[in-house]
Amino acid sequence: MLDAKLYNSPVRPTWCPGCGDYGILNAVKQALAELEIYPHEVVFVSGIGCGSKLPDYIHANGFTTLHGRALPVAQGIKLANPKLHVIAITGDGDGYGIGGNHFLHALRRNPNITHIVENNMVYGLTKGQTAPTSQRGFVSSTTPDGSIEKAVNPLALAIAGGATFVARGFSGNPKHLAKLIARAIRHEGYALVDVLQPCVIFNRINTYDWYRDRVYLLDDDPSYDPSNYDAAWQKAHEWGDRIPLGVIYEVKGEPSYEAQVPALKDGPIATQELRPMSPEQAESLLAQFR
Amino acid sequence: MSATELTLKLAGEAGQGVESSGAGFARALHRAGLHVFTWSDYMSRIRGGHNSFAIRVSTKGPVAAPTDRVHLLVAFDEASVDAHLSEMEPGGVFLLDEPLAKLAPKVESGGVQALIAPFTRVAEEAGGNKVMANTAALGMVAALIGVGLETIEQVIQENFGRRKGSGVAEANLKVAHAGYAFAKENWQGRFRWPLPPTRVDGRRAILINGNQALGLGALAAGCRFIAAYPMTPASSIYEWLTAQANRYGVVSKQAEDEIAAIAMAIGAGYAGVRAMTATSGGGFSLMVEALGLAGMAEVPVVVMLAQRPGPSTGMPTRTGQGDLLFSMHASHGEFPRIILAPGSQEECFEASVRAFNLAERYQCPVIVLTDGFLANSFKTSPEASFDITGVVIDRGEWLSAEELKSLEGPYARYKLTPSGISPRALVGLPGAVQMACSDEHTELGHFEDEDADNRIAQQSKRMRKLEAARAEMRPPERYGPEDAEMTLVGWGSSKGALYEAVDRLLAEGVSANALHFVDIYPFPQAAVQAIEAVRYMVVVEGNYTGQFARLLRAETGRKADEIITRDDGRPITPGYILSRLERVAVHAGREAV
Repeated sequence: MLDAKLYNSPVRPTWCPGCGDYGILNAVKQALAELEIYPHEVVFVSGIGCGSKLPDYIHANGFTTLHGRALPVAQGIKLANPKLHVIAITGDGDGYGIGGNHFLHALRRNPNITHIVENNMVYGLTKGQTAPTSQRGFVSSTTPDGSIEKAVNPLALAIAGGATFVARGFSGNPKHLAKLIARAIRHEGYALVDVLQPCVIFNRINTYDWYRDRVYLLDDDPSYDPSNYDAAWQKAHEWGDRIPLGVIYEVKGEPSYEAQVPALKDGPIATQELRPMSPEQAESLLAQFR
Repeated sequence: MSATELTLKLAGEAGQGVESSGAGFARALHRAGLHVFTWSDYMSRIRGGHNSFAIRVSTKGPVAAPTDRVHLLVAFDEASVDAHLSEMEPGGVFLLDEPLAKLAPKVESGGVQALIAPFTRVAEEAGGNKVMANTAALGMVAALIGVGLETIEQVIQENFGRRKGSGVAEANLKVAHAGYAFAKENWQGRFRWPLPPTRVDGRRAILINGNQALGLGALAAGCRFIAAYPMTPASSIYEWLTAQANRYGVVSKQAEDEIAAIAMAIGAGYAGVRAMTATSGGGFSLMVEALGLAGMAEVPVVVMLAQRPGPSTGMPTRTGQGDLLFSMHASHGEFPRIILAPGSQEECFEASVRAFNLAERYQCPVIVLTDGFLANSFKTSPEASFDITGVVIDRGEWLSAEELKSLEGPYARYKLTPSGISPRALVGLPGAVQMACSDEHTELGHFEDEDADNRIAQQSKRMRKLEAARAEMRPPERYGPEDAEMTLVGWGSSKGALYEAVDRLLAEGVSANALHFVDIYPFPQAAVQAIEAVRYMVVVEGNYTGQFARLLRAETGRKADEIITRDDGRPITPGYILSRLERVAVHAGREAV
């Protein structure tokens, strides 16, 4: 166990007081400390949005990219150097809306990265518009009559798309969340941690109290088996009066994408020294064209 | 036209093997010691899809441009007559497949010899099947143009021997023999431009197309990561590199879209790998936002952009140079980028290598601009121009593990330096903990999207790199006499056509030379003088508005005296240039088209 202070950044968060992102930041630091991952061994890759500022608030490698594009950048990093722990941090609009296509394809590829989604069901940084995760009827500046679309169900989507680790946490329970994130990082393959994260300014529906009345821990139910696809599918659709937290679905033993790439068999391509080709290699290449 | 050079064309429907037999025959001619230059043509607007594959072949020296006149045409479909009759050299030969015999009078009315060529019957009588009709045709062509049958035997062995079992190769060889014998027996002396015998003594040359040369350059330069989304005419760069991937340790990733492709390449570049993507205009449009990310976060990435005519889906299988100013201005805001536009297969290799060095030295995106014509055009090129082992890999400024240990404070990814270049450090090293940031940021990579002084410092730092790069951009290559009354100015794939146009002008007694640009942006300092010295400037380019002429005027103040544009999806040929030169038309009493 490392000291979580190791990850303290000199930068003070610009998040609003009470923002759910603080809980996520603390849980992430706790998970790294528990797993004894040093700052230089991990890369946080984020998109754009309130939560995507997280890499700046943690002492570790980071890359804040474009809105929606954290996942492909994260996959590029992981393919270049599979020895790095790669953690993608996105919001819900970022990860499930504009980045939706990348999300779908990451699911079926199973890259060994952890994807933490700070899901506040609203666009926060742009001041309160409807998000793809906003519940039907959600009233906002862009849906003054209430949203008439169904909300994205990220957990069901992830299970259907081939994800090998699907979990839900709550920023109001950072201790549980830290354990969940640690488990996600340990998982060999793509691990989604969808985090219910109240936006205290723009989401007056899905508040801390709203969640506290509903969430329960799957760990408290010894009969729940996250390796059971049908049970997971059911659980992924449970929403409303009761909202499950914990590992919804987990498949063990499935190889990660990087583990199957022949070019990575001899180690990371990022740490190889580049030299001009040998005369034998050059001859073999030119022979293709003679 | 002398017998030292001729152009032959295979034409037919998609699926009739025009491209594959053409490529095989071109390789056979190349191996026989001839100089070969090919270009492909897909006329998707004709029903059934009409394709052609042209081979220009010379015994006297390298050829590097497409021509407008065809000496021998092999027609596999009816559309070939309407599509190609007007291109025929008077007295040339049109080989009509037997079922097309009824078209012979039409062909002959055009002053062209129509020879009825029973491709399928010859193939079947020799024990083959109708799929081997192309092989029979190649046997006939070999006999007509005067190259020995042994020329194509080896290629047949290679093409059919390995993949499909030796029985197929044997059958094809028999069919080729039969075609050859048929032509010798029936058409003796009918072809007016037979080639003299050639020798291959000690020649070290390869037959390579633009996309392959780009891939070869990337591999030689140490590119170890490509992510791409298939798009004509760029796909074969990606496919060629992928075919080498396992052997040379390259990670090749097909992305879900072009946005992901460049984002993955940027991720790999951030992690310290030489990374690239390849696309055409539509895909590049999608990459635009991420191009700016590479500029802002200072991540090296190479984008190979094979142009085709736009806008939108445009003419997918054709060629054009319409993306010059787009690539220069793509993405919002201002950031350093470098654009290279190679003009030949040899220059594709060289530009590819340079692109990876420049990307790492200046920590910015580098765009290599080619087009559909150069991408698919094969040329006999000296091996000496592909000095794979002699490639210099210059990775730019890095801090070593030791240097990182001796740093007094934390590693500053965006340290302010006089050159604007902030030394990189390998992500994963203990002292190299770093933030890369798409927002405006401090030296340490932390968000700082408010402070004006920091903005000025960081933006100036980034833009200073462009000035350093500008100083090392290469001036245009001059072809022809130093002092000429008229100068043809072009960029990218029109090089061969420009130079051949100059040859023809000089032969006509017109004082002309050419300037060809590979290094487009930042505009080479050394080019300003060259442009200022031009007396009468004719800019030649493959777009509608004369984009390069605009760039030249912006960078040098010099206005083009004439602009010759081509925007019909076809490659620029020497004949096209000459037919549109107003000044020369006036001189020679010719009418400008």
